[in-house]
Amino acid sequence: MNRTTRRTATAVLASLTGASLLAACGSGGDGEDGAADDTVTLVTHNSFELSDEVLERFTEDTGYTLEILRAGDGGVMVNQAVLSAGNPQGDVLFGVDNTLLSRALDEGVFAPHRAAGLDRVPEELQLDAGEWRVTPMDIGDICVNYDRAWFEDASLEPPQTLDELADPDYRDLLVVQNASTSTPGLGFLLGTVAAFGEDGWQDYWERLTENGVRVVEGWEQAYYEEFSGSSGNGDRPLVVSYASSPPVEVVYGSDPEPEQAPTGVSTGTCFRQIEFAGLLEGADNPEGGKALIDFMLSPAFQEDVPLQMFVNPVRDDVELPEVFTRYGVRIEDPYHLEPDAITEHRSRWVNEWTNLVVR
Amino acid sequence: MTGRSPLRRREDHAGQPESAPVPRAMHGTALGPGALRRRAGRRALATRLGLMALPVAFFGLFFGYPVAAIVGRGLHVDGRWQFGRFAEVLSDPGIGQVLWFTTWQAAASTALTLLLALPGAYVLARFSFPGKQTLRAVVTVPFVLPTVVVGAAFLGLLGRGGLLNDLWGVRLDTTVWAILLAHVFFNYAVVVRTVGGLWSQLDPRQEEAARLLGAGRFAAWRRVTLPALVPALAAAALMVFLFTFTSFGVVQILGGPGYATLEVEIYRQTAQMLDLPTASVLTLLQFAAVASMLGVHAWTVRRREGALRLVDPAATSRRPHGAGEWSLLGGVLLSVVLLVLLPLGVLVERSLRGPDGYSLIHYRALASADGGTFLVPPLEAVGNSLRFAAVATVIALVVGGLAAAALTRGAGRLVRGFDALLMLPLGTSAVTVGFGFLIALDAPPLDLRSSWILVPLAQALVGVPFVVRVMLPVLRAVDDRLRQAASVLGASPLRAWREVDLPMVRRALLLAAGFAFAVSLGEFGATVFIARPDEPTLPVAIARLLGRAGELNYGQAMALSTVLMLVCALTLLALERIRPARSGEF
Repeated sequence: MNRTTRRTATAVLASLTGASLLAACGSGGDGEDGAADDTVTLVTHNSFELSDEVLERFTEDTGYTLEILRAGDGGVMVNQAVLSAGNPQGDVLFGVDNTLLSRALDEGVFAPHRAAGLDRVPEELQLDAGEWRVTPMDIGDICVNYDRAWFEDASLEPPQTLDELADPDYRDLLVVQNASTSTPGLGFLLGTVAAFGEDGWQDYWERLTENGVRVVEGWEQAYYEEFSGSSGNGDRPLVVSYASSPPVEVVYGSDPEPEQAPTGVSTGTCFRQIEFAGLLEGADNPEGGKALIDFMLSPAFQEDVPLQMFVNPVRDDVELPEVFTRYGVRIEDPYHLEPDAITEHRSRWVNEWTNLVVR
Repeated sequence: MTGRSPLRRREDHAGQPESAPVPRAMHGTALGPGALRRRAGRRALATRLGLMALPVAFFGLFFGYPVAAIVGRGLHVDGRWQFGRFAEVLSDPGIGQVLWFTTWQAAASTALTLLLALPGAYVLARFSFPGKQTLRAVVTVPFVLPTVVVGAAFLGLLGRGGLLNDLWGVRLDTTVWAILLAHVFFNYAVVVRTVGGLWSQLDPRQEEAARLLGAGRFAAWRRVTLPALVPALAAAALMVFLFTFTSFGVVQILGGPGYATLEVEIYRQTAQMLDLPTASVLTLLQFAAVASMLGVHAWTVRRREGALRLVDPAATSRRPHGAGEWSLLGGVLLSVVLLVLLPLGVLVERSLRGPDGYSLIHYRALASADGGTFLVPPLEAVGNSLRFAAVATVIALVVGGLAAAALTRGAGRLVRGFDALLMLPLGTSAVTVGFGFLIALDAPPLDLRSSWILVPLAQALVGVPFVVRVMLPVLRAVDDRLRQAASVLGASPLRAWREVDLPMVRRALLLAAGFAFAVSLGEFGATVFIARPDEPTLPVAIARLLGRAGELNYGQAMALSTVLMLVCALTLLALERIRPARSGEF
């Protein structure tokens, strides 16, 4: 055997061995599958976050270890749950919202569980009251945000309502997301349906189009590349985002205690998003799953929600952190639609919207 | 055997490839007439089937079965096959438009990539200059970047206030040019690696001989080198085409919602609408398009492949001389700077842009561990990324290497079908494969849904075609008589492979490994649609940072993207350095 070949063979062998060793390390967390009883698996989306202290608290309180599976965005996650209904990937699903709720319920994804602590949750949020297949967990509002500095420089009052967005004063200022693939994009469309009715929203969007609305693919492009606030890469001072985005700008901004947040919320443009959690039908560990849902409705978890996921807790006895009360606004009367209506008409609305605005 | 390979004593076929390609029938038939030939034929067939067993099992289990399961679920509803859906979907004029756009943008992207990257392949194959290895590693870096990040870089260059806009007032965002240029950015390395790998092993003396005999420079290249390169060229073109045919993020982000490829439509129907019947019809449509593309490819390449005179790459490159060669090198470097380095530079610039001018604030934020402000410790993400990519690379090399070895031996119909099967994952929608995994691999003993191995398996599906395509032209160029000579001298098939094939394909193997690694590091394909345990990789961590408001999050996402680029470039450089000390000689 010549020397070169031997060296090559050695190198290949070494890298193979290295890789299998690495692989072995990787499987470390995997061996607990057999002892599923003390592990609870949570299936959720990419935006789910939870602080380490609360995670530890869960294990202390219940004796279970939490394993988290993340499955892309909310739509991907719910559709995966529908496809694997009855033989789920985990025990609990967190993050199905009111735009996707009916589909998940109709497909039998969830098993009933009446969570402890529901009496502290306002009734209008309990969309499955009576059957208790899902439990409301947090609320967020999808709203137009504005760049304060831009409007001050332009000596213009920022718009507050949907109608004002179509006003020629605000021509070429708004950027929205593709309603067919982006959650805030869909939420904003649904808000306009709620505001102008099933037969009126098309006219409104024609007015918006005439007023130079720009549609981009996702929230990241809209907020970071087109919006003039935040990163400052863009040139449009109005963007569809969340009511909690201004406090987030403060938390992750350069100035820890500014006079006011660099961005503001147009309070008359909001569509309410409610996120739910539910015990998955056919879960390996239903007892652990129930304990997890109860825990997520407990004050410990609910207090953690604002600064981890930047949404509002559903419990009425949980106080918001100061950065929310000081820099955020409370949306009093957001637009909303019944989940059944959304499921029934969603694809028709989205297709109509696409033909109207994008093509 | 001495340290010198029998290569040097070989006959040369490449000089007249059009008139005398090595007859395919020669494989396994050179031993003599009658029974001997039949026995040898049977043994060759057995070897081939043996080599194919693992790749076939791998693709059957992790590609064919999941895809069939999800398509079947879509078309078989309530106990009845919904073939009526075909007419319904296919008669939709919107779908026709989508198919047309998908095809022409892929063809245009492929042509543009070949045009811009072939000089690069030549320069990297033939010239030696300082920083050559770094250059080869750098052009591969785009592969690992998430499309959201690349989209940001291109918008920074081509969009409002971008460089083009500042200099000439030109904006290319939401035009098809932005899409095409981003496709070149992503696929430059495909051409450079696939074509350059073979090119660097072609003996330049043949072209020199043709020129001595009176051929002009271009004529000599066209008549001598080009025919020898055709298999690699076709392979590169095929991969670029398949990659851009299934392009998703680039089209969405840079083209805007007005442009849709078939892949985007399948994603919408599957992941957003859960209209599986429509998605299934579209998936089959995509298959049909990809299969006809593979047919064209097979037809182009079939008569062109043959044994070539392969030499050590180190012996074929030299310092450029003359104004023409220097300006060619300069032109290539300039195009790399404009096409690859500039977009990467935008990301680095943004990662350094702090609230009060340029600083390392975002990197410091990544490195500090104070609670809550970052989601994933970056070092942990680097570790996870490297681990997943290493496992995926090993899987891709083993499966792809075996497949390439099987494909080298003979080209029967069975083998050609197998060849096409290997390429299909590149042309299949990621969401189809991802959701297929979910419903197919869901019962013991194969309930892999929450296992970490699913991620490298999905990555290897995309890596294998690269390994096969890079290695195959080189393996096929190895004269079969060398193997026969080895076996006549008493070498076992394994030994013959080790002594004859391995030394010659070592370089291609490393290039292929680099590819498979970059593909895995960049989390291509189905991984996006797999629910995965809490072991975030770099691309996943970047996506999570970018999913939040706050300028510090944006800056950290850019900083982490820069870290990802560095990890990729350094690993590729290290990989390319795994070479024997005496590399001047086989």
